[in-house]
Amino acid sequence: MSSPGDGKGRPAPVRPSLFLERQSYRRRRLADAARLLPFLGAAMLALPLLWPDESEAAEALPLSSAMFYIFACWGVLILISVVFGIAARRMAAREDAEPEAEPWQR
Amino acid sequence: MATLNILILVCLGYVVLLFGVAFAADRLAARGGGKWLRSPLIYTLSLSIYCTAWTFYGAVGNAARSGLEFVTIYLGPTLVMISWWWGLRKLVRIGRSQRVTSIADLISSRYGKSNTLAVCVTILAVLGGTPYIALQLQSITLSFSIFAEADPTGLYREGSSVFWVAAGLAVFAILFGTRNLDANERHHGVVTAIALESVVKLFALLAVGIFVVWGIAGGLGPMMDQIDASEIGQWHVDAGRWTTFIFLSAAAFVCLPRMFQVMVVENDDESHLRTAAWAFPLYLLLMSLFVVPIAVVGLDLMPEGSNPDLFVLTVPLSQGNDWLAMLSFIGGFSSATSMVIVTAMALSTMVSNHVVMPIWLNTQEGTASVSGDVRTIVLMARRVSIAVIMALGYFYYRLSGGGAALASIGLVAFAGISQIVPALVGGLFWRGATRTGALVGLSVGFLLWIYTLLLPGMEGGIIPASVIENGPFGWGWLRPQALFGIDGIDPMVHTVMWSLSLNTIAFCVASMLSFPSPLERLQGAQFVNVFDHSAAPRGWTGSVAQSEDLMIMTQRILGTNPAQEFFQAEAERQNGRPGRLPEPTPQFLERLERELSGSVGAATAHAMIGQIVGGASVSVEDLLAVADESAQMLEYSSQLEAKSAELSRTARQLREANAKLTQVSMQKDAFLSQVSHELRTPMTSIRAFSEIMRDTDGLSEAEQTRYAAIIHDEALRLTRLLDDLLDLSVLESGQVSLNMGDASLNEVLDRAVSSALAGGDRKLSVRRVRASERIPLHTDLDRLGQVFINLISNAQKYCDAAEPVLTISAHDVGGQVVIDFTDNGGGIPPEAQSMVFEKFARVGSDKAGGAGLGLAICREIMQRLGGDVAYLPGQGGAAFRVNLPLAYRQAAQ
Repeated sequence: MSSPGDGKGRPAPVRPSLFLERQSYRRRRLADAARLLPFLGAAMLALPLLWPDESEAAEALPLSSAMFYIFACWGVLILISVVFGIAARRMAAREDAEPEAEPWQR
Repeated sequence: MATLNILILVCLGYVVLLFGVAFAADRLAARGGGKWLRSPLIYTLSLSIYCTAWTFYGAVGNAARSGLEFVTIYLGPTLVMISWWWGLRKLVRIGRSQRVTSIADLISSRYGKSNTLAVCVTILAVLGGTPYIALQLQSITLSFSIFAEADPTGLYREGSSVFWVAAGLAVFAILFGTRNLDANERHHGVVTAIALESVVKLFALLAVGIFVVWGIAGGLGPMMDQIDASEIGQWHVDAGRWTTFIFLSAAAFVCLPRMFQVMVVENDDESHLRTAAWAFPLYLLLMSLFVVPIAVVGLDLMPEGSNPDLFVLTVPLSQGNDWLAMLSFIGGFSSATSMVIVTAMALSTMVSNHVVMPIWLNTQEGTASVSGDVRTIVLMARRVSIAVIMALGYFYYRLSGGGAALASIGLVAFAGISQIVPALVGGLFWRGATRTGALVGLSVGFLLWIYTLLLPGMEGGIIPASVIENGPFGWGWLRPQALFGIDGIDPMVHTVMWSLSLNTIAFCVASMLSFPSPLERLQGAQFVNVFDHSAAPRGWTGSVAQSEDLMIMTQRILGTNPAQEFFQAEAERQNGRPGRLPEPTPQFLERLERELSGSVGAATAHAMIGQIVGGASVSVEDLLAVADESAQMLEYSSQLEAKSAELSRTARQLREANAKLTQVSMQKDAFLSQVSHELRTPMTSIRAFSEIMRDTDGLSEAEQTRYAAIIHDEALRLTRLLDDLLDLSVLESGQVSLNMGDASLNEVLDRAVSSALAGGDRKLSVRRVRASERIPLHTDLDRLGQVFINLISNAQKYCDAAEPVLTISAHDVGGQVVIDFTDNGGGIPPEAQSMVFEKFARVGSDKAGGAGLGLAICREIMQRLGGDVAYLPGQGGAAFRVNLPLAYRQAAQ
């Protein structure tokens, strides 16, 4: 058995690099972050379940604070989505110029 | 005080505006203009039909009853939108690549274009959608009645107003929702009108909110204080309801027919999702921002017992702000109308494609190309469906009496439609999901939803109170609101938990136990790996299909001009001649099916082409059969090849044998003449000399002796010839008896050389290597000597060298004695080499000699002795090799 390019006159096949270049790598990680965002959102929205309830304690959380927290979470999620949206558009524009990376390239 | 008449006028004006916008947008799109019609902004705004009158009015009511719980209905869709990279992107891509027309079409398409599944989903959607439409009608009527109460001069009759509202909405949906037959095409008019409505409702709600916060409460700080001081001022949320409602609203956001319609079917560009991913959550946030303030202020201002669902209207009215109330009314009206229109459109597409068309096709078996105009039938089916759905909503409203709180009906519908989720998510991400699994799961969830939520919630007691209390037949564990004896759960949470978990389990188990059809597996692969390949699922064979029939059918579905354009483009693609009909190639049929499925749904399009093509769809099974067949044919042909090679080999052998036979026969003829010649020559001289001796008197003694000697010699010659012939025949017949003896090889050779060279008229020098000849032999020594003598005298007779030399060498090779006799002559010509051992063969007719029996006898002898003699070509001269097995020698030792 001979491995490719072992000097027997057969040229080694051109193989894409195992690692992506920097920009493609960034794009992958951005997609990862976009995938993780809903989990962050779910965790943030599950947090109110731990707050003291009016049925349990006298000093239940005032509704205004609860509103503030929930709308703040909401706003943060929207802001992150905006950032992802803009980044994804930029990268989509760049993607057209580059060949699609292989699935095994990370 | 705004009079009811002004309100109705404003309402009508608004409706006319909507008609105008929809009409203008359709015109603009038809002319190819209006790029902004396809912008992400319009897409995002069209998604806001999620916010119906239920959320416009009901959210405030919900907040007034249970605080922040209302926000879950908006948080679920937010989570879905920000996870677009997971799910929606895939859903939209599939919807576009498969030309899906509705959620039922998607499910049916995924599970092997099963119409049964499509019908199930359609029934579920209609069952869930009808009360929802009734809810919208109710909200419009309620808001009318608020104004009617405030205007005692107006003549307001609730029943007739609902009827006219329903009829108007139906007309709008029919006019703009069924303009194009291709349900997969964008309805720019409707979408643009919806976008306008969503701007109106957001503006209205924000206006009321701002008025409440800054106009009544006096700013943000006092508002917050007022909120905390109100009766809902403390955080109180049931954990089960909180998570269940977030999940439920997320599920419904994807599965609701109207949401699917605007999100997937009307989607123009996948990249719009990127914008909608943040813009739609922002819209939802703005919609819910002022809900709690309005609720709190409403609770504070309004008299005890007033309906909190209508605070959005009644609070501005109570403050004398008629124009704001009017705006708020228009906002609620917008929410209701847009939802009703899109729902009616989506449901009618489902009903016509999956219920009406299959039934119609069945009654028209095999005549899709010749019977009536399919195009008008589909459109009619869709229009009638819209009317029927609106009528159902209207009657539901009239029958239910419109008493229930707005929010609860919406949640019931959500829980029903979310039964699709396991089949949908499983279909998108799990290739092992099967049609059986989807059917079983859907049925389990559907039945549980009906039993635990829909029926117990209905007024009028379809389920008797005793059953709800004690279960059917007194089986406590089957109580509709406490299944398996687990009591004390909120009914909503109870239903969602049991129906969805059992639905999912049934779906998974049935999927794993069943085996999908090939088409299902192909579709599954296409759905799950939609980003890898968006190719068509399977092919049609066009052998039976008639282009003309297809053309007629397509014209009836798509309309004359689009069909002709499609066929011409296809003909041009095929052979560059647009004037003719295209060949029904599988690719063309596939494209055609997709085109048709945009109008009548995947299952129906498949069935229609199937009717014309004669059901000659190439399934994977067929392909496998074809592959098997061709493999068999390959095998068969290779067998044939082998056989023919064998035959040609045999033929060659036969030809060779024939040539040999011919040669042998010629030799025999030659020999016979030779023999007769050989016999006649001595016989002639014997006869001549014996006649001389008989007839001539006075022969001298010397003459007599000489003649007698000649006669004797000739007789000897005859005898020798006859001896040879006899010898050969004995050897050939196998009757020879061997006289075995022991001797060394060199002794045998010595004797043979001396007797062969004795009396020879030509000189022949023999070279031998005596050292190698000391091989003891156990064989018939006389016969072996005869062979050697023959070979040596042959060399003596036929070697044509000037100084003939014969080299005799002996070896012991691998259990055999090998003796080579090589002379330095010209050797035997190649064409004669194969014949030298044949009987009667003589090389060169001019050479005098024996009868050509010598070598034949030699070979016979050697074969008797267990060895062989063969001619060695390429040795420089004639060379013969004698083989003698050593086994004889060993046996002797």
